[in-house]
Amino acid sequence: MSALVIRGGVVVDASGRRRADVAVRGGVITAVEPDIEPGSGVVVLDASGCIVGPGLVDLHTHLREPGREEAETVETGSRAAVLGGYTAVVAMPNTEPPIDCAAVASQVLELGRSALCDVRVAGAITVGRCGVQLAPMAELAELGVKLFTDDGTGVQDARLMRRALEYASVLGITLAQHCEEGALAQGGHMHEGAWSSRLGIAGIPAEAEELMVMRDIALCRLTGAPMHFLHLSTAGSVAMVRAAKAQGLPVTAEAAPHHFTLTDALVASFDPVFKVNPPLRPSADVEAVRRGLADGAIDAIATDHAPHAQETKEAPWDEAPPGMLGLETALALAITELDLEVEQVLALLSWQPAVIAGLSSTHGGPVVGGRAANLVVFDPSERWTVDPAALASKARNTPYAGRTLTGRVRHTVRAGEPVVVGGVAQR
Amino acid sequence: MKHLLSIDDLGPAGIEEILRVTDSFVEVSERAIPKVPALRGKTVVSLFYEDSTRTRLSFETAAKRLSADTMTFSVSSSSVNKGESLRDTVETIEAMGIDAVVVRHRSAGVPWRVAGWMQASVINAGDGWHEHPTQALLDCYTIRSRRGSLQGLRIGIVGDIKHSRVARSDIAAFAALGASVSVIAPPTLLPPSLDGWPVQVAPSLDAILPDLDVVYLLRLQRERMTEALIPSLREYRACYGLTASRLARLDPDALVMHPGPMNRGVEIDAEVTDDPRSVITAQVANGVAVRMAVLYLILGSGAELRLPEPVLSGTRA
Repeated sequence: MSALVIRGGVVVDASGRRRADVAVRGGVITAVEPDIEPGSGVVVLDASGCIVGPGLVDLHTHLREPGREEAETVETGSRAAVLGGYTAVVAMPNTEPPIDCAAVASQVLELGRSALCDVRVAGAITVGRCGVQLAPMAELAELGVKLFTDDGTGVQDARLMRRALEYASVLGITLAQHCEEGALAQGGHMHEGAWSSRLGIAGIPAEAEELMVMRDIALCRLTGAPMHFLHLSTAGSVAMVRAAKAQGLPVTAEAAPHHFTLTDALVASFDPVFKVNPPLRPSADVEAVRRGLADGAIDAIATDHAPHAQETKEAPWDEAPPGMLGLETALALAITELDLEVEQVLALLSWQPAVIAGLSSTHGGPVVGGRAANLVVFDPSERWTVDPAALASKARNTPYAGRTLTGRVRHTVRAGEPVVVGGVAQR
Repeated sequence: MKHLLSIDDLGPAGIEEILRVTDSFVEVSERAIPKVPALRGKTVVSLFYEDSTRTRLSFETAAKRLSADTMTFSVSSSSVNKGESLRDTVETIEAMGIDAVVVRHRSAGVPWRVAGWMQASVINAGDGWHEHPTQALLDCYTIRSRRGSLQGLRIGIVGDIKHSRVARSDIAAFAALGASVSVIAPPTLLPPSLDGWPVQVAPSLDAILPDLDVVYLLRLQRERMTEALIPSLREYRACYGLTASRLARLDPDALVMHPGPMNRGVEIDAEVTDDPRSVITAQVANGVAVRMAVLYLILGSGAELRLPEPVLSGTRA
């Protein structure tokens, strides 16, 4: 494996920032110090004007393989990931068939071996994500699966969720919930409120999410098992998680970029590119998610990258599937839209999610000698315009088409391999 | 006017213009041969994804009276059942060389999507629970023809506001023309939020009935009972139905309206429909003239209306 030096950047990790070059050899960081002189045959990556940080980690990626390869594959999704600065993604289990047993998990992990970034999988909590019978979590944990979720739906049965948390508590794994009370949300296709009323679209009240957040905090208290909350989208959810943390409960939470950048007013276009679950919320909820990211109530920005084939989005609003692309825009949206220091942005996108995903031995820094060389180099002031046709993802369903964002990935290094150089994927 | 998608797009002036043009077409409809060559050579397609004999016939009658060619695309006989996407269908129809599409769909927003995919004009004939602008226009025309103007009238809309495209369009149109609009419904059949709506919520039908100039009754879908939105049709009728005894408390000059089809014995008693205050049949008749006006304004020359002579000379009825 080739040696390389990342020259001229500012290194940022959990310990702070410093002007330094980074030397990499054999997949490992060998030196982090100012003005490293590259020897002959060493690849030099220019990082002038750039931040050099630990690679980003996405807790919530839908890679669609197996089952929906027309929308995304492990390969195309991983290419989108590294272009977005990610060196590791956690693939969600709502594939067809779902990742609810070792066979399917192994298949995706095998596909991940030739991907451009580390591909980990989340396992389903219940067989078939049907919410009836526990999935073989110990068998999946043996394969290194750290996160379990029925994402796409929440585990509706409180008794079953309690059992799942109890069973999980000795396996060193974390259960993650898509919080949505099914009966209350049933039939809804957008946030319930002033806009749904005007547009005549059946709504999903904020309380559908909040009831399950409330229930699962209670179950976390009952069982003592760690609990991760996926894509929090309402002010009430953020407040409850903040309060649970203050009580010392082992809870963590993530929020998706669209929930801190977009509101339900966009549904007035009737373009299902704005349809997502949890749905876009009013500005008060968007503000609450931003505050939660700033004050630590929310630990991670997770993309909920959800590719869909174009024809499925060229449909009536209530027939189109929910979901948006996220991997290639998340970092820029965090820089552009959140009023946070770059250290805090990287905490939310890299080292905090790395801990939740159980990947902190190889991902999320620190950027020091001896660590695996999983790195992102980005220019925090470069402006660019989102062009759906230019995205590496197989799908085109970004809600940010035409938006000008600040902050762009220049290079991504994964296990010492420069997988993105000058904003171009190398394979 | 390129499209007719929503009442809000028209504004008060746009509504007034359509009503003014409608006057001329009411006159045409009264001729022995109610047909003019205004849209000869134009093709109007009815794209109906939802059963609606009444609205479709009204539009097709309007188009034929203007001498347009008409085609009907209905779901049961189309490739939609073979899995064709909405966009594919729209592009196929457009490729046939057409001038306007009249769209009815069970999903809110479909006419907006269709308008984005084709060059032809799009007329919204009802999208989900969202809008039904030509119904609102014919309702305005009907009220105006009886009462002269909507300015200052007190209009009560009774029933399932939440799931009603008629209610959404009527509220916008009545308010735009200066009426004071109230809604009367069980809270389960009101939208979750009325923020920004130009309406008041009346506490009960009995409380507001004597003050109303127009009682507008909405159809109650029977499945609302199984969705636990109302306990029973009997209880609904007792609280919100326009019964014969309630009719007696209505102002002698008031109007009773309904968009059809009616559930007699639920939202409206049979004897109410025969009362002289009921203008339900006039609504249907005016529907054709209003839709002629809309088609003419969208597909006609765009010049100041000079109503063409009849295709064949006929004697006035």
